[in-house]
Amino acid sequence: MNEGAPRTSRWALWLPLAVFGLFVALVLYGLLRPASRDIPSTMIGKPLPAFDLPAAQPDRPGLAQANMATGKPRLLNIFASWCIPCAAEAPQLGELARLGVEIDGIAIRDHREDLAAFLARYGNPYARIGADDVSAVQLAMGSSGVPETFVIDGKGTIRYQHIGDIRADQIPMILQKLQEAGQ
Amino acid sequence: MIAELGLAALWLAAALAVLQLVAGSLALSGKAQGLGGVVRPVAMVQGGLALLSFAALIVLFCQTDLSVKLVALNSHSAKPLIYKLAGTWGNHEGSMLLWVTVMGLAGGFVALVERRLPEATMLATLAGQAFVSIGFYAFLLMSSNPFERLPQPAIEGQGLNPLLQDIGLAFHPPTLYLGYVGLSVAFSFAIGALITREVGPAFARAMRPWVMGAWIFLTIGITAGSYWAYYELGWGGWWFWDPVENASLMPWLAATALLHSASVLAARNALRAWTIMLGVVAFSMSMVGTFLVRSGILTSVHAFAVDPERGTFILALLAINIGAALLLFALRAATVTEGERFTVTSREGALVFNNVMLTGILGIVLVGTLYPLLAEAMGSKVSVGPPYFNPAGAIFAVPMLVVLAVGPLLRWRRDSFSRVRGQLLLPLLLALGLAAGVAFNRGIDLLPAIGLALAPALMLASLLPLRARSLMRTPLPIWGMVVAHFGMGVALFGMASDSAFSTERLVAVYVGDNVGVGPWQVRLDRIEPVAGPNWTALEAKMLASYDGGAAVEIDPQARNFWAPPQQTAESALLTRWNGQLYAVLGEQGEDGRWQLRLWWKPFVPMIWLGGLLIALGGVLALFGRVASDVRRVIARDKIAYRRQKQGR
Repeated sequence: MNEGAPRTSRWALWLPLAVFGLFVALVLYGLLRPASRDIPSTMIGKPLPAFDLPAAQPDRPGLAQANMATGKPRLLNIFASWCIPCAAEAPQLGELARLGVEIDGIAIRDHREDLAAFLARYGNPYARIGADDVSAVQLAMGSSGVPETFVIDGKGTIRYQHIGDIRADQIPMILQKLQEAGQ
Repeated sequence: MIAELGLAALWLAAALAVLQLVAGSLALSGKAQGLGGVVRPVAMVQGGLALLSFAALIVLFCQTDLSVKLVALNSHSAKPLIYKLAGTWGNHEGSMLLWVTVMGLAGGFVALVERRLPEATMLATLAGQAFVSIGFYAFLLMSSNPFERLPQPAIEGQGLNPLLQDIGLAFHPPTLYLGYVGLSVAFSFAIGALITREVGPAFARAMRPWVMGAWIFLTIGITAGSYWAYYELGWGGWWFWDPVENASLMPWLAATALLHSASVLAARNALRAWTIMLGVVAFSMSMVGTFLVRSGILTSVHAFAVDPERGTFILALLAINIGAALLLFALRAATVTEGERFTVTSREGALVFNNVMLTGILGIVLVGTLYPLLAEAMGSKVSVGPPYFNPAGAIFAVPMLVVLAVGPLLRWRRDSFSRVRGQLLLPLLLALGLAAGVAFNRGIDLLPAIGLALAPALMLASLLPLRARSLMRTPLPIWGMVVAHFGMGVALFGMASDSAFSTERLVAVYVGDNVGVGPWQVRLDRIEPVAGPNWTALEAKMLASYDGGAAVEIDPQARNFWAPPQQTAESALLTRWNGQLYAVLGEQGEDGRWQLRLWWKPFVPMIWLGGLLIALGGVLALFGRVASDVRRVIARDKIAYRRQKQGR
């Protein structure tokens, strides 16, 4: 809007180029990023925060912290129907469920109908689904995005945090983490 | 033979692009004035050769020539001819060839018809167009040769993604490409104007039809893409804020802003540097969009288009092109003299506001699209969805739509709000009345409520510029503006209505069961197997009756393609004047019940109807402008001819 002001200062004209430089740096990083997505979480070894979420779907109960300490390791998957990587992850969760892994879900900022459609389309591997409409539990868990998956041991302690979608080649790794959490 | 011919034409076109750049630059710098004369013809021939090359690829695909690697990888002899044709651009190499073809043709056409600008500006513009083209030619010839032969011809092709075997999608990418690449002309005009410091109304008038044309294609492309996602993905949604959708929306937002600022520049000689900036940004957004789609840097439902290695090449291209343009802008824009002044309450003021808001939305979409990448750079992985885009976009969209109702009524340069207040009373009362009605209604979310209140008022207000005009004598560009703005209101109403009033049923039923959704009663009559040319499907025959009326049959399918094997859900739609019934057939459960998903979506087709009206507005304006340009040229030639005769 340089005509609104009497005269645009010269540095402002360099601003678009600077912003573009940042963009290029960012995507260059994205292209060259290392394949590993493992990020050590500060929540590992800590007990789950206290929460009690209402049911996100009529056919599945809601989720409370108390439900997680069942004596057997479980997965806690943080997801949402509007999240595209979650759709990509769904077959892997289905596979894990088929292998006997118990999975609970927390749906982030979701609508009931959207979620029902998502589960109908991609399958429902969850034993319980809690609705976290304001991301409160998500933030308390030290999770900043969807999807994320936590390995919770039998006492309700967080043993592993997986950031991003679980890819097909990562299923053995998740199974191993579950086994470690069971020992 | 045809493959070799196509490749030769491509090499020749690339060589001519180099000649176009070198000759143009030399003539411009004054070293070889005589070379200036070859630039226009070279640009035209270059476009023709690129077209020839693309035609060769089309022939190869239609013949299913399996000795060509690209055809063997992306086509199949059993595919219907129309999808063989669409296969030409339904892959990376072919779509890049389409890209350079459109760029070459656009450059050639500019060279052929544009005579208003000073010759130096034209040389700089055509050299700029060649500069951008050369990068894409190099990309094609070095790393994505579409004409590469296989050492041994393949026995059968590997098919095409069945999701793409759809008539809407067959023509969706080329439409968007015409839009993306058409903006390259605006980019080159901006470069040419910066280099020669010729920024003024003539520049804006020369650029405007190109922006308008590209914008029309983008509008149609986005509308069609949205409808495609709606019925083909089977999710019932029409916009997912998917990176690829955003990639098409961002150039559209920039082009919309550019159209409006160019009209200020053309009419009032104001907003000079800003218009140049938008010209650069619009095409930059096209390239950024292509990069985001092709590189696979972001996870997307359009993952079939992904190839990370090529992403690096496109990134290099875009860094050179956009970087050079922005550098030129930084160096030159300060010397572009200031334009005419205007007060805040004026047509210009409203258009500036519109520009700021559109740029705001563009920023919101860009940040949201790139945020997952940014977050990853800082060590976390996220997906950004509607909970961010909808409210953040609305912050800018709602004020913009309000000003859209007022702006066209204001006079250029200086006006007062009290003059137009009377006219706006009716739309205002309508909006307030609807807002009150919506507020008393059962839980409608805030954004749809705003949309429902605003949309009819917007439709009404958009018609006001026609008041006190003779409808027959109203110039076409005014009609264009009215229709496009009316279309905004229509689309907004469809969006808000879909969010506010859609009802959904997800049920498991036996054959013969009845399901109610909204005012509809739907009965699952029977399930039948059907077969197509390269797929088999289970088709549900369902009888739907509206409000107790006569039953109409709808047939959603669960389709299995066999080359390559993939399942898709073909939804069935039943459209009435007041909405759409949407049905999807799911899987059969162990107990023999079929999963059905049914939606009743009141007024949802208005979204795409609005999109088409917006595009139609563009067509009217473009047609009006071009027609008056042609009349002016004819009149000028007549005068020149008379003078010549009198001179004798």
